[in-house]
Amino acid sequence: MAAAARLVLRTASGAKVLRAGLGWLGAPIRVPHAAAHFTFHPDPVPTRHGPTQKMNLFQSITSALDNTLSSDPTAVIFGEDVAFGGVFRCTVGLRDKYGKDRVFNTPLCEQGIVGFGIGVAVAGATAIAEIQFADYIFPAFDQIVNEAAKYRYRSGNMFDCGNLTIRAPWGCVGHGSLYHSQSPEAFFAHCPGIKVVIPRSPVQAKGLLLSCIADKNPCIFFEPKILYRAAVEQVPTEPYLIPLSQAEVLQEGSDVTLVAWGTQVHVMKEVAAMAQEKLGVSCEVIDLQTILPWDTETVCKEECFLNLEAPIARVCGYDTPFPHIFEPFYIPDKWKCFDAVKRMINY
Amino acid sequence: MAALMRFGKLCRIKIRVIGQSSSFKGSPTCLLRRTFSIYGRLSQQTFDSPSDKPQFPGASAEFVDQLEFIQPNVISGIPVYRVMDRKGQIINPSEDPKLSKETVLKFYQKMTLLNTMDRILYESQRQGRISFYMTNYGEEGTHVGSAAALEPSDLVFGQYREAGVLMYRGFPLDLFMAQCYANADDLGKGRQMPVHYGSKELNFVTISSPLATQIPQAAGAAYAMKTLNSNRAVICYFGEGAASEGDAHAGFNFSATLECPIIFFCRNNGYAISTPTNEQYRGDGIAARGPGYGMMSIRVDGNDVFAVYNATREARRRAVAENQPFLIEAMTYRIGHHSTSDDSSAYRSVDEVNYWDKQDHPISRLRHYMTARGWWAEDEERSWRKQSRQLVMEAFEKAERRLKPRPEWLFTDVYDENPTGLQKQQEALQRHLEQYKEHYPLDLYDK
Repeated sequence: MAAAARLVLRTASGAKVLRAGLGWLGAPIRVPHAAAHFTFHPDPVPTRHGPTQKMNLFQSITSALDNTLSSDPTAVIFGEDVAFGGVFRCTVGLRDKYGKDRVFNTPLCEQGIVGFGIGVAVAGATAIAEIQFADYIFPAFDQIVNEAAKYRYRSGNMFDCGNLTIRAPWGCVGHGSLYHSQSPEAFFAHCPGIKVVIPRSPVQAKGLLLSCIADKNPCIFFEPKILYRAAVEQVPTEPYLIPLSQAEVLQEGSDVTLVAWGTQVHVMKEVAAMAQEKLGVSCEVIDLQTILPWDTETVCKEECFLNLEAPIARVCGYDTPFPHIFEPFYIPDKWKCFDAVKRMINY
Repeated sequence: MAALMRFGKLCRIKIRVIGQSSSFKGSPTCLLRRTFSIYGRLSQQTFDSPSDKPQFPGASAEFVDQLEFIQPNVISGIPVYRVMDRKGQIINPSEDPKLSKETVLKFYQKMTLLNTMDRILYESQRQGRISFYMTNYGEEGTHVGSAAALEPSDLVFGQYREAGVLMYRGFPLDLFMAQCYANADDLGKGRQMPVHYGSKELNFVTISSPLATQIPQAAGAAYAMKTLNSNRAVICYFGEGAASEGDAHAGFNFSATLECPIIFFCRNNGYAISTPTNEQYRGDGIAARGPGYGMMSIRVDGNDVFAVYNATREARRRAVAENQPFLIEAMTYRIGHHSTSDDSSAYRSVDEVNYWDKQDHPISRLRHYMTARGWWAEDEERSWRKQSRQLVMEAFEKAERRLKPRPEWLFTDVYDENPTGLQKQQEALQRHLEQYKEHYPLDLYDK
C-alpha cells in the first residue's frame, strides 16, 4: 500500500477519503482518522534574532540541537535511534557533523536513558536525552522524580543534574491510540525540582528548547508530534532563548480567558475567533508554555477567585486511556471548547 | 561492499566444554561444565562467505546439530579470588601487593575507626539521639580495599553501606556525625536521613535511598569523563539485592555498549534485609551476569582487603586504559542488622553471625597479617582502641551540641534559584511561625 499513489480528499465532515491508485481495492472509503482537529497558526516572522529560514517543527528542533553541539563541546545527544536521524527526524545529520561520540544510540531502555543522562550531567557535561514517545517515559519516572528532581536539594547543592534535558514527542496525532498519543505532563507537574515545557510552534520550540538546555535545572521538553511536519514558520537560524516560566498572552480579551499549551493553543485561537463571531464574546488566549514552574501571575492572580463570574471549565480528554478509533470523539476539539465558552457566559 | 564488510564484523566467543556430557540419564552428580571466555577481538568476516556459518547480525557462533540446553552452573560457580587465608597468611606470595607498613596500618586504622563509629552511632540511635543508622560490620574490607585502589579524583557512586570508602578518603568524623545528626554543619543541609553522606570535595556523590538508581547514573558519568578525556574512573557500589533492579541491568548494558571506564563493585553480603541470596537470584551470583553483558568480571573474597585491593586496582587501570566496564563481585557477610529498624535474629541464627564475626572478619585477618610482620601488637591495639574511641566520642559530643540548620534551608536548592511560588510559601511559613512559634522547636535550630 505504501507504494500506491493516494489522493486524499476532504469531505464536509472532515473525514479523509482515500482514493487508491489500485482500482481493484474498490471504491474510495471514508476513514475517521481525524482530518486535523486544528489549523496551525504561524506567528509573525521574528525580527529580533537575526536571519530566518523556513523550518517545520522537527527542523527547528534539529536547528536548536545543531546550535548546541556547535557551541558546547561537552554536549551529547542520545536515545533510541537518534544516530540515523531519529524516528521523527529531529537529529538528522548531527552524527555525521559532530561524530559518533556525541550523537549515539543507546540500548532500548528508558530508565537507562534517563539514569545515564543524569550521570552525564552530574559529571559536568550537557546531556540531551531523547525518549522516543512521551508514552514511554514511565520506566524513567523513578529516575526523573526520585533522582533528577531531588539531586540538588538532597545533596545540599553539592551535586546537581541541571545539565540534563529530556525531550519526547507528545500528544495526539490522529491515529496514535493508547501508546503514541499521551500527554503525561500532569504526572510531572507536581514534582519540585524539574521543569516541564511544551512549545506550540517551531519558533517557540527552538527558543524554549535552548532555554531548557541552558537552564541549570533538569528539564523535560515535550514536542507536539502532530506539529512536526504540519507547523511551518520562519525560524531564526542563530540560537536565541525564550524565557521559561513566562506564559504568553497571544491575544487579549475581556470576557473569557482560554489557557492552553502545545497543539491546543491553535484550537483555542480558533475558538476565540468563533466566540467573537458567533457569540460576540471577547476571549483572552494564553499559551502557558512552561507547565512547571508555571506562571501563576499571568494566568491567575490570587484574588481572581472572587472575581470569577463563572466556575473554571476544564476541557480535556475523558478519563479513559487514549483510544484509537474514537479519537475524534475523545479530544477537546474546538466545538467542545466553544460550547464551554457559551455555557460559561450564560452561567 | 565496504558497508557489507563492516556489517559482518563479529565478536569471537570461545566455548570450551569440559566434563562429561552423559548427564541426561538423570544422575544428580553429573554436570555439564562449560566455561565461556569472551575475547574482545573483532574479526572481519565477508558477508558472502562461502562457509556454512551463521550470518545473523545478532550473534557470533557456530552451528550445532545436537539439541542441548546450557546448564547454568551454580554448584561450582565462578571461583573466589583471594590473597590471604582466613588467618591472614599470604597464599601465593606473587599476589601480595606488598604495600608499605604505613599503608597497611592506614587500612587497619580506617577499618577499625569505622567499626568504632558504627558502634557508637548505632547505640546513639537506640538512645533516641539520632533517628536512624546503618552499620557496616563485616564489610569494612570491601570499602577500604577498593577505596585504596582508586585515585582521589575518581568519582564514587554508592548505595548506603560504603561509609568506609568516604572514611578512607579522609571525610572527617565531624561531618559523618553532622549528617547523622542533621545539624547545621551537615554538608547536605539536613535534608536526608542519616548515613546519606556526600562530599563534593572527596568525589563521593550523595547517597540516595532508592536502590540501584546510581548504577546507570554512574555509567553516564563515566561516559562523560571519557569524552572529557579526564583520565578519571567511576566506581559504583551496590548490594546483591539492588542488582535485581532494572536499573542495574540498564547500567551494565549501557556501560558495555557505550564503552565506559567504570568499575561496578557489588557487595554480596548474603542478605537484602531479610531476603537471603537464594531468594534473590537463581544464577551464579552477580559476577556470572557480567559476561552476559560483554563485561569483564571477577569474584573476590570481600573479607580479604588485599584481594579487593588487587582486583580494584587492576580493574581501574584497565577500565581507563581500555574504556570498558569491569564487574567485581566481592563476597562478604553482613554481620550487623540491615539497619536500626531491623532485628536480624528474626531470620538468621546467632551461630551463623558469630561464625563470620569470629572466624572470617576482614579486620582480624588484616591484624594477623600485621602481627605476623611485627607491625602491630597488643600495646598498639590497646592504645589505638582508646584513641579511636576518644576521637569518635569527641566528634559525637560536638555533633550533639550543635544546633540544627536554619529553617529557611527547607526552601533552598529545589532549583538553582527559588521560583516565585516557593518564595511565597517561604514567606507564608515565616508569618505562620511568628504567630504560632510556641508550637515549634525553634530553639533547636540555627537562626
